[in-house]
Amino acid sequence: MTDPLDRMIAAAKAGRMSRREFVGRTTALGVSAGLASALFTKAAHAEPKKGGLIRMGMQGGESTNSLDPALAASEVPFAVNYTWGEMLVDVSAGGEVVMRIAEEVSANADATEWKFKIRQGVEFHNGKTVTADDVIATLRRHTDEKSQSGALGIVQGISEMSAEGDMVTLKLASGNADLPFLLADYHLVIQPNGGFDNPTEGIGAGPYKVVVHEPGIRHGFEKHANYFDDTIGHADQTEILVINDGTARTAAVQSGQVHMINRVDPKIAELLKRAPGVQVKAVPGRGHYVFIMHVDKAPFDNNDLRMALKLAVNRQEMVDKILGGLGSIGNDFPINSAYPLFDDSIPQREYDPAAAADHYAKSGHDGSPIILRVAQGAFPGAVEAAQLFQQSAAAAGIPLEIKREPDDGYWSNVWNVEPFCASYWGGRPVQDQMYATAYLSTADWNDTKFKNARFDELLLAARAELNSDTRKATYSEMAKIVRDEGGLILPMFNDFVEAVRDEVQGWEADPNGELMNGRAHVKCWLA
Amino acid sequence: MHPVLTLVVQRIALGLLLLLAVSAVIFLGVAALPGDTAQAILGQSATPQALANLRTEMGLDQPALTRYFNWLGGILTGDLGTSLSNRTDIAAAISQRLGNTLFLAGWAAVISVPLAILLGLLAARYNGRWPDKLISGATLSTISLPEFVVGYIVLYFLAVKWQLFPSVAMVFPGMGMMERLNAVILPVIVLVLVVLAHMMRMTRAAILNVMQSAYIETAELKGLTPMRVIWRHAFPNAVAPVVNVVMLNLAYLVVGVVVVEVVFVYPGMGQYLVDHVAKRDLPVVQAVGLIFAAVYIGLNIMADVISILANPRLRHPK
Repeated sequence: MTDPLDRMIAAAKAGRMSRREFVGRTTALGVSAGLASALFTKAAHAEPKKGGLIRMGMQGGESTNSLDPALAASEVPFAVNYTWGEMLVDVSAGGEVVMRIAEEVSANADATEWKFKIRQGVEFHNGKTVTADDVIATLRRHTDEKSQSGALGIVQGISEMSAEGDMVTLKLASGNADLPFLLADYHLVIQPNGGFDNPTEGIGAGPYKVVVHEPGIRHGFEKHANYFDDTIGHADQTEILVINDGTARTAAVQSGQVHMINRVDPKIAELLKRAPGVQVKAVPGRGHYVFIMHVDKAPFDNNDLRMALKLAVNRQEMVDKILGGLGSIGNDFPINSAYPLFDDSIPQREYDPAAAADHYAKSGHDGSPIILRVAQGAFPGAVEAAQLFQQSAAAAGIPLEIKREPDDGYWSNVWNVEPFCASYWGGRPVQDQMYATAYLSTADWNDTKFKNARFDELLLAARAELNSDTRKATYSEMAKIVRDEGGLILPMFNDFVEAVRDEVQGWEADPNGELMNGRAHVKCWLA
Repeated sequence: MHPVLTLVVQRIALGLLLLLAVSAVIFLGVAALPGDTAQAILGQSATPQALANLRTEMGLDQPALTRYFNWLGGILTGDLGTSLSNRTDIAAAISQRLGNTLFLAGWAAVISVPLAILLGLLAARYNGRWPDKLISGATLSTISLPEFVVGYIVLYFLAVKWQLFPSVAMVFPGMGMMERLNAVILPVIVLVLVVLAHMMRMTRAAILNVMQSAYIETAELKGLTPMRVIWRHAFPNAVAPVVNVVMLNLAYLVVGVVVVEVVFVYPGMGQYLVDHVAKRDLPVVQAVGLIFAAVYIGLNIMADVISILANPRLRHPK
């Protein structure tokens, strides 16, 4: 082999080169594309090394966190659940359903009845075997409104559940082709007897056992010796340190105290790339930063005014200045190419002050300033983004007035209350879930108060549709409805920006969530 | 009863009364916080149903006066209640956090108090000459920088660049003493730098003030060395103001170091309080508030008592 090829293989091994980049460069050396791709697979999936202690430093943990998976609502509990817990199924980086505790999934023709065959011999940390009854009990606990589960909305659609031997049967009130994706939700950790006895005991069937649980400080785990899948869980021990301060987190990864960190500030990503021993990874995800208008309140009940505001955002400028280029522009509907069945032929909305001014004039707004409420905590850079919006809108003759709100209480006093404010969404594994969460007329978190009968009808039709071409067309039509009539201004999708030390191997981009969907410490190993 | 004893008992009784008043103020203040506890706990993604369930469960429907007396009664029997957000026993969680805070504050105090007094004495001894200017200049510049800046500077050089000490000051039960000390060394350095100037300047000023007195002149005329004059004759008479400032700084080391805790990821009381304020976890906020108030009041009483005892006129009344 030639020297440059060796170097590239080394780079691929260390995760410094993407597959596309690797294939592009090696074919330039005369290697066939097929061989190049195979070489990359071999290099990138070098034999994992077992043992050691992997540490992650994460933002998003509080001393108020609980081990009850139903209550998880921030990044650290999310990763913690995935460390000790095992789900029925999982979603791969490529957007496919992966079997975990279930080893087979099948549905009837209209997707109203689903059967999950439970894998034999999966063991909880307390030595008990996972049974179909445990799975049913888990789902039942999350279905119970008293459990305060974040997954309540997901499991609510299940009208009947039954266990028979190793087979779990779920009957749905209406067909849902995406059910397995929904059951991969991080709240739905399978617990012994569903966690009814003690939801916070932290006993699951995941790759690691909980050893230390100090909420807001650190979470320590050791390998679950009888874990059923030896392709993950390489380290003997793993630890998640809660480091909420950005500078402290960066210092911890630079000094080698942790191997990986989440939430690198886009402003310092370029600088951190130059630090020795550390790589910065920007992974396109489904999360997005938004400005939301309540379509049922004046002046936002006028579609021309909404359209004027949508046209008055300079999206590229926001991606460049707010995200430091680590993101992509949005098109005023909450779906991007990271979702399955995304239609990339929908025209991109551009900044057009002239058209915005036309719509503004047509709306007949009285010229009084439109109040946009924003807090720094709405999303990183929210205040600055609002200022950019104010300027670009002013160029179209639309007066925006920014009203700064305190972070404290923002989600209870401003978001979903005031008619126009900044917010963010983390995205969902499938389009159906994203739309059903926030755009369906009856959705609990319909934060734009968007009610459209045609949209609702399409959503329900797509949900029960197993033909993916038809589904894609339906989703495309729904996207256009939200884009042209909704109250959502979506200027940008943000990347997950993370820093990983060189000794970490096996890292791969996963659009489902930050740090390889909360499993970087489970899937990676140390060189 | 000895008049000094009466004075001390009076001070302590007054302190307890003050603490009771503070408990009422804390309770009222916390109750007046805007926002909804249930919403804060469940976050942006809470469904209205989950919210309603949580509110009923937390007993937020009872009148405030009932809740206050229940709470007060609990505290007197050592029961701080249960955290609303993660259902853990508050007393257990706080005792560990408080232990960590006291450990950090203790080491910072053990180093900074003698160092500040020594530097103050030296500055007074070489008043107006270069050692005085050097000491004052250096300590004033470290106090003038915000503490997170001092923290980041220390972090950058000692942890990232030269990698001498860990940047994450993580301590946990079962850690050896040396390991623990190694972990907290950076925050201790920062805290020492932050509190040094105040105590040093007060020592210096108090001693210089005393140095104007006639008895100091007498001591000098007896032929004592300048350092001995300061130590034997000036310092005992300057103790009262110095003790007051030292106690204020000690109180700060316990209750005011949340920024340093955040920078070094130290599991102390400050971060614990901030997390629970953000989640509207009222029982925890009240308990921590009361502990902080008790620390402040306790240290101030101690300062008063020491000042009284250090004053010969009060110790030996005619």
